[in-house]
Amino acid sequence: MNAPENTQTLSFIPASEFKQRTTEAVADAHLRQSFRSAMDFLMAKRAAQFPDADALEAQRALAEHIRRYSLSRLPELLEKLERQLTANGIQVHWAENAEQANAIIVGIAQKHSAELMVKGKSMVSEETELNHAMEAAGIAALESDMGEYIVQLDGEKPSHIIMPAIHKTKQQIARLFAEKVPGASYTESVDELIGIGRAVLREKFMAAEIGLSGVNFAVAETGTLCLVENEGNGRMCTTVPDVHIAITGIEKVVEKLEHVPPLLNLLTRSATGQIITTYFNMISRPRQPGELDGPKEVHLVLLDNGRTQAYADEQMRATLQCIRCGACMNHCPVYTRIGGHAYGTTYPGPIGEIISPHMMGLAATHALPTASTLCGACGEVCPVKIPIPDLLIRLRAEATHDARPGHAPLVGQGAARSALMDFVWAGWAALYSRPALYRAFVWLATRFRFLTPPMQSGWTVSRTPLKPAPRTLREQLAGRHLKT
Amino acid sequence: MSARDSILRRLRAAPPGQLVLPPDVPAFYAAVREQAPATDRAARIELFCERMSFWRGEIVRVTPGNWAETLRVLCVTKGVNSLLYGPRGPHAATLEAAGIKGLKPYDRPVDEWKPELFRDTDAGFTSTRGGIAETGTLVVWPDDKEPRLMSLVPPIHFALLDANAICDTPFEAMSAQGWISDKPVAMPSNALFISGPSKTADIQITLAYGAHGPKELVILLLLGEGES
Amino acid sequence: MQRDMPTGPRPKDVYFFSTCLVDLFCPEAGLDAITLLEREGIAVHFPEDQTCCGQPAYTSGFGERARAVAQAQMQLFPNDWPIVVPSGSCAGMMRHHYPRLFADDPLLKARAEALAEQIFEFSEFLLDVLKVHWRDSGKPATVTLHTSCSARREMGTHLHVRALLAQLSGVNVVTQSHESECCGFGGTFSLKHPSISSAMSGDKVDALKETGAEAFISADCGCMLNLNHTLQKRGDSFQGKHLATFLRERLAAAGEKS
Repeated sequence: MNAPENTQTLSFIPASEFKQRTTEAVADAHLRQSFRSAMDFLMAKRAAQFPDADALEAQRALAEHIRRYSLSRLPELLEKLERQLTANGIQVHWAENAEQANAIIVGIAQKHSAELMVKGKSMVSEETELNHAMEAAGIAALESDMGEYIVQLDGEKPSHIIMPAIHKTKQQIARLFAEKVPGASYTESVDELIGIGRAVLREKFMAAEIGLSGVNFAVAETGTLCLVENEGNGRMCTTVPDVHIAITGIEKVVEKLEHVPPLLNLLTRSATGQIITTYFNMISRPRQPGELDGPKEVHLVLLDNGRTQAYADEQMRATLQCIRCGACMNHCPVYTRIGGHAYGTTYPGPIGEIISPHMMGLAATHALPTASTLCGACGEVCPVKIPIPDLLIRLRAEATHDARPGHAPLVGQGAARSALMDFVWAGWAALYSRPALYRAFVWLATRFRFLTPPMQSGWTVSRTPLKPAPRTLREQLAGRHLKT
Repeated sequence: MSARDSILRRLRAAPPGQLVLPPDVPAFYAAVREQAPATDRAARIELFCERMSFWRGEIVRVTPGNWAETLRVLCVTKGVNSLLYGPRGPHAATLEAAGIKGLKPYDRPVDEWKPELFRDTDAGFTSTRGGIAETGTLVVWPDDKEPRLMSLVPPIHFALLDANAICDTPFEAMSAQGWISDKPVAMPSNALFISGPSKTADIQITLAYGAHGPKELVILLLLGEGES
Repeated sequence: MQRDMPTGPRPKDVYFFSTCLVDLFCPEAGLDAITLLEREGIAVHFPEDQTCCGQPAYTSGFGERARAVAQAQMQLFPNDWPIVVPSGSCAGMMRHHYPRLFADDPLLKARAEALAEQIFEFSEFLLDVLKVHWRDSGKPATVTLHTSCSARREMGTHLHVRALLAQLSGVNVVTQSHESECCGFGGTFSLKHPSISSAMSGDKVDALKETGAEAFISADCGCMLNLNHTLQKRGDSFQGKHLATFLRERLAAAGEKS
């Protein structure tokens, strides 16, 4: 088995529909305004955290070093993590794809005859669409992060990895609560809306047999699962129910606890401009004899789902350095225009454009890496220095070419290949690498500029046509004394 | 082949890439520390209070002689009718002697009294293992004597913090606990950094407190006699 | 982005790599840049066989096609004179991406690395190498600056453009909101995702216009064409000028030799 059978096709809009979705999204003035103001807010908050550019650079260099080091020893660290967690009494499970991960979690829940699972924020469980699998097994899965709770209540998915309900106004949430939460009356007070969520969810924390969470960092040497959050729902999910199941991608492991503070510091400051979150929760063991609370069982599900494909290539491995802060989307001019839903992926924005092809295959996702001007804002703010623009270019190449010699093909390798584009670029290269041909071309273009087509594909949607100058620079220079 | 073996096999089949040497995090922080102005206890306390207040943590300066009485008065002013405490915890005797109304021991597994804990417990009192000035953070280490939910479920969390145990940074706090060291001590079952009451900005990025956990965090900052 | 600037006497000769956009669509920007260089006593050499840096194919994922074009350019500069490029984007391609493009061929990689050291973005060359100090006595004018993403994030030359404009005493430079944000051009991006590109370009021209400036200045013809043609489609007379053109006009207005 050469090509890993670990690519899950989620309920994804085909690439051909991506343009349709983005066209609709940019036409939604309300959505545009919501994202613009929210992203401006988050960018300003982040900027205020990093007044000293040199200090930030030193911290980013260290964080990148930690992530690259961890990845360089990934298989060994995963085994070490497994050994240490097991010694601590935490059960470790491995899943190659979403289906396996969901089956493991459903299995644990069924063993405990669970009826309700409360969920802390976990993008990996969004990635596996765990809620559907739980519901199919007759077990309710309830999101408890306020933003996730809101989008779940409205039958939606998160539009941002840190701020799931950022696309909604408080009026929309007020209507949603009044409609869907029994006993809730319409209020636009944010405090009251949060109070409604709090009251509903506290009852559920009490009732649930299973609590699910993600993991921000898994420390191999100590067997510790670290969670970062502000609300306390993560602590509820990992402490109140009898069983805590954590799910994470295999890339989240670090070797030592000392590797965590530099990453934590950049994570929260890059994400929401906070120097730290309300809770930093380090879980190393289930409830011990004599302890009066805490889960009696703790499980960790380690998910691949395409990550080993990214890992297999030295350049694309950098994708796995990500600590999921969301700064790349906050600073992305494309994300700001179209919002998170238009991508149709679990992870939107620049990081989504480079990780989704590994999770879902290039056939479904090849349009995503093209949805960037390569402006570099994402790479500039990335706290672990993922060269996102370079990876976008790489994926554009993989989507339009056969695998490089000596490299295994990616899932969906060459999916965007077209004879026309091959021809266009071959012609372009022939023209621009042959000076005489190029000179003849520009000579003709200037002489026949009156023939410039009035419609020039996407360019003239909002622009007047590009028209060659009456004479090229080189022709005008020919009359001067310039040396050549 | 199991999922585990397939994943590990694929990872091991990947080209090793450039050799990456282990990062020296302690050296990094030592260098940062050298460049920063030296801090003293008073500056640490001041910064801690400033940052913790920013998170909306309420700071009450107390002494070994008056903290329990201060807590009793706070309970009265805040209308606390039940205060959860650890009857085998380090401060049990002082609390029990303070005449606090509605003192409630956490003395049985949570499974036996979840509804009461959630619906009918106004406040919880815990000790702390230290504080962090840079981030305005408490280091809390729940155990069999002071269980995990005491600092989470009741709407008010009172925490006693020894001002001498405030470190400068999270890294130093982890080192002070012995978790980061050449011979690290084992991590506790659960350890927490707590910076303010529970909060969320998930609705239109408007900050709201008491999302799921405590709505109020009150720090009883223990200073020397005559210092406060 | 930081680079060591050549020390010692000013260079007497430079190559000028005009870029394909300047050659065909904005020749006046190229002429003005050359005029300014000559004004400083520099002999400007224009290798006649130059075409394009290869960036369009490179960023589209057709690296092998970009290589063919890049390789043709790399043969055009036999001397170690500076190569002045009136575009942050094309300069960034030649300075930072050529070495990567030829990473698997030691000889070409060495050539690309040597060439990269010769590459100077126009404003960088004026400020850091020629160390120009120009006196401006043109009419008072208010302009705003559009910085290209490559200039800002690959070359660091958005600072140079600002510094050059600051030398012009009669020019008031006002800052647009979201200055660091992309104009939405992105080369083939504008063709592949016209609706997103148009939204970005529309927002950018709004921000530029909101400054109340008479014109905007850009050191990149890609951005400038994108924004000018967007404005033209709106029937708006507000337009951008290439930095070289603006500088040349200011110095000519001051009555100095041109």
